[in-house]
Amino acid sequence: MFRTVAELVEIAERENILLSEVMIRQEMEVKERAREDVLSDMEKNLIVMENAIEDSLKGVESVTGLTGGDAVRIQTYMKEKTPLSGPLMMDAVSKAMGTNEVNAAMGTICATPTAGSAGCVPGTLFAVKNQLKPSREQMIRYLFTAGAFGFVVANNAFISGAAGGCQAEVGSAGAMASAAIVEMAGGTPQQSAEAFAITLKNMLGLVCDPVAGLVEVPCVKRNAAGASLAIVSADMALAGVTSRIPCDEVIGAMYRIGKTMPSALRETGEGGLADTPTGRMLKEKIFGLSV
Amino acid sequence: MKFNSVFDIIGPVMIGPSSSHTAGAARIGKAARNLLGREPKWATIYLYESFAKTYKGHGTDFALIGGLLGFETDDSRMSKSLELAKANGMTYEFVEDTAATSHPNTVRLVIGDDQDQVELVGISIGGGKVEITELNGFELRLSGNHPALLITHNDRFGAIASVTSVLAKHEVNIGHMEVNRKDVGQEALMVIEVDQNVDDSILKELEASEYIGHISKIVS
Repeated sequence: MFRTVAELVEIAERENILLSEVMIRQEMEVKERAREDVLSDMEKNLIVMENAIEDSLKGVESVTGLTGGDAVRIQTYMKEKTPLSGPLMMDAVSKAMGTNEVNAAMGTICATPTAGSAGCVPGTLFAVKNQLKPSREQMIRYLFTAGAFGFVVANNAFISGAAGGCQAEVGSAGAMASAAIVEMAGGTPQQSAEAFAITLKNMLGLVCDPVAGLVEVPCVKRNAAGASLAIVSADMALAGVTSRIPCDEVIGAMYRIGKTMPSALRETGEGGLADTPTGRMLKEKIFGLSV
Repeated sequence: MKFNSVFDIIGPVMIGPSSSHTAGAARIGKAARNLLGREPKWATIYLYESFAKTYKGHGTDFALIGGLLGFETDDSRMSKSLELAKANGMTYEFVEDTAATSHPNTVRLVIGDDQDQVELVGISIGGGKVEITELNGFELRLSGNHPALLITHNDRFGAIASVTSVLAKHEVNIGHMEVNRKDVGQEALMVIEVDQNVDDSILKELEASEYIGHISKIVS
């Protein structure tokens, strides 16, 4: 089993295979499963992601009314105007937010790596697909590439906001998406690692401070940030830009930062945006003064 | 390594809003139900740290109860579980405990009916993955993702060998195993994670072994 990104990249280079293939082969070996079963299980996840995005583009609203409708709003804007950041970028932002709007509305999603950060990977996938025109198998491979990097983060650091803050959730998810975009666009395994490092570096220190403890504010818009940064980092890596700090060391830094983060900023709903006048007011409005 | 499958990272498919507070909580609830062996009639649920602070917003309450009702993480009835539990005659109480714990997402479940009860501590470690860290006063580490046998026995030589030899005879492979005892020569607990569900006829054979007490199994 690979334990680090360096090992993951080394296996891919030595065997001359894609990063997604390293992940597929490891899953087959560890779980003693046939290739077609592993691929078909991942395709089921892909279908859930596709359906969640479709649902969001019909318009959803959460029970509290705090989130919902922004995915549609952005799609409408894209039809009427030319977005300054480009159509692909805003499409990814819309689909990432849409996935998390469905999650906040208690719809069905696929955690990637968590529910709160579930928008980054599918949001970017269903946006870049319009330009890169991948096969169905390449779309499934996108999820294995993303999963391979998430696997290293989960085993060496953490992927939950309660343990390591939002850097562990949206930071990891956006970085996983960057690595997967690079592979789909034809970049090398090392370029995937560079893209991952660049995204995660720019997410370090991000706290988890959900208003009223709900996976809504600011989680939905943080997925917009994760998805857009993922595309920018992928482009940088494909252009040949490298990270001065190696990928595994960035993951190590994320871990140490999370370990020193106070619990008020780790998914307790006590600090940061949750503890602003408006954050507290919203909490009272939703749960009443007694909570 | 804590995570050994890509589907721990890309997955689970679940009802929102939080993988650790909703999907993970449902899995801990389901593990508790499996250990009791049936649906509980009552449940007292102690929540700690992040679970205690945010359980209403994250739906941790309906997810835990959904797990006790036997729901998977993607069951569309999840958000209605509190009403469904009442309709089934289950009573439940949530207690926000301020004690410090080693993991921020910790829950202690005490569940039972008029015949039996089970007390367990579960932690939700991220992305929907969980561990059971305590059962009826015994410390242990159980992922809940694999079928498992929990066997109370007398702390005597030969007790473990008698169990493993029966499993070997039936070609049941052990993936992870640990043994804990309350004191020398006293009640002890074997936790055995296996690769496939264990047939009831094998359990009967195990129960007949010397020094073996109660056996419960977790199916997956």
